[in-house]
Amino acid sequence: MYIEIKDACKNYVQDGKEFTALDHVSLNIEKGEFICLLGPSGCGKSTLLNALAGFERVNSGSVKIDGKEVTAPSINNITIFQNYGLLPWRNVLRNVELGLESKKVPKEKRAEIAKKYLELVGLSGYEKRYPKQLSGGQQQRVAIARGLAVDPDIIFMDEPFGALDAITRMKLQEDILRISREEKKTIIFVTHDIEEAVFLADRIVVMMADPGRIKSVVKVPLGDHRDRTSENFLYVRDKIFDLFNMKSNEYIEYII
Amino acid sequence: MKKLLSLKNVVISIAILILIWQILFSVSSYNKALFPSPKMAFDALLEMIDNGRLFENIKTSMYRFGIGYLSSVIVAVVLGLILGRIPKVFQYVNPAVQLLRPISPTAWMPFIVLLFGIGDVPAIVIIFIAAFFPVLLSTVSAVGNIDPIYLKVSKNFGIKQPSLTWKVIFPAAFPQIANGIHLALGTAWIFLVAGEMVGAQSGLGYQIIDARNNIRADILLATILVIGVIGILLDGILKLIEKAVMKSWGGAV
Repeated sequence: MYIEIKDACKNYVQDGKEFTALDHVSLNIEKGEFICLLGPSGCGKSTLLNALAGFERVNSGSVKIDGKEVTAPSINNITIFQNYGLLPWRNVLRNVELGLESKKVPKEKRAEIAKKYLELVGLSGYEKRYPKQLSGGQQQRVAIARGLAVDPDIIFMDEPFGALDAITRMKLQEDILRISREEKKTIIFVTHDIEEAVFLADRIVVMMADPGRIKSVVKVPLGDHRDRTSENFLYVRDKIFDLFNMKSNEYIEYII
Repeated sequence: MKKLLSLKNVVISIAILILIWQILFSVSSYNKALFPSPKMAFDALLEMIDNGRLFENIKTSMYRFGIGYLSSVIVAVVLGLILGRIPKVFQYVNPAVQLLRPISPTAWMPFIVLLFGIGDVPAIVIIFIAAFFPVLLSTVSAVGNIDPIYLKVSKNFGIKQPSLTWKVIFPAAFPQIANGIHLALGTAWIFLVAGEMVGAQSGLGYQIIDARNNIRADILLATILVIGVIGILLDGILKLIEKAVMKSWGGAV
């Protein structure tokens, strides 16, 4: 298995009270999958993502990528954040080149690669702009281009479209779906938006809070081209809605 | 229009100041040699320009100020960038800094003169001390206040030291560091005069002492005005530099 999470536990102490963010979570992910971690706040979805990305370590259990325990962030696995994390003192092109500089790519090659990915996210001609001069959606596109530019194996996305308006969010969802097919990346995407998860994911990992745990894993058999208004789409969405209303604590593997 | 308006404000403000001075001169019963009129001070200024003393002293003072202030800013920023990244060490440095900081740089003056004698060095050292603490503390605090997301992104993209400092930490902290540098400019300029009054035989500060010794209050007041004007000019130049840096960094906030 490409990504293997086994019995992962994570506790925080907050205001003197212990809080279980991850309670014996196990999950396997294959190469090239688009996985959405879906759940309410406090369900541990971001904690799980941070553990996979190497920003935090679990207290017990193991988190392995390609057979190796994750201990620190790596340039092979890029995280896209909700608040973009662009460097405001660099223009768009230089932001996208950031990771290429650490990879010691020569200057001209850097610009060439950066321009290619800016085109992929639809921002050709914005090279000389500064992040401040872009809309939120455009800034997130730059962050995506910056991530893709280093040609990572996995892209982690932590509620990346959470700060955007509904229309922009849908546009970006379509783009990320297209890019994930074209670039054949493994994507782990954290969201609390059910429709977003159904639109994007190959499999949806439904999580519950207090303690943070996986309730079930739902396969989304909708193929590469998804229509938000189609009957099948609505059917899957309803299933997920159902899941959140159920009181059962059992772990159920749903096959639709 | 805005510029014109502010120019108008400046002219009116200074005109009022001179008017008050003139009134005080007219009503006071002091000896003219001890409390001269604006006109007398202006004549003294022309006299100093004419005999070249003024520009020579300005040159001397600016040389000391430039060396003291620039070296202080560079040392304080570099040290601040390092200490800001290792809070565990700063915990032990900070109490000492807090102890030294409230001491007026002039208090060090006799000690400095004992060590270095009279000349350029005491003035430079005092300016160094005056600028050092505000810049150091603002740099340390700026580094501590950097948005953690920049550090997370840097870690993710494999940016290691020393690139991390000059590619990410310094530009991210720059706006707040610039604040400290700006504040320190005014403080350092104030202490230049103090330094030259005690530890030097030349420069604008010494010119004040010299004028007093010769009972030339007109020269004394003219010199004070020159010190004020240069202070404003330095502030303006620094503002321009700051603006240029910020602009080249896309108006980084």
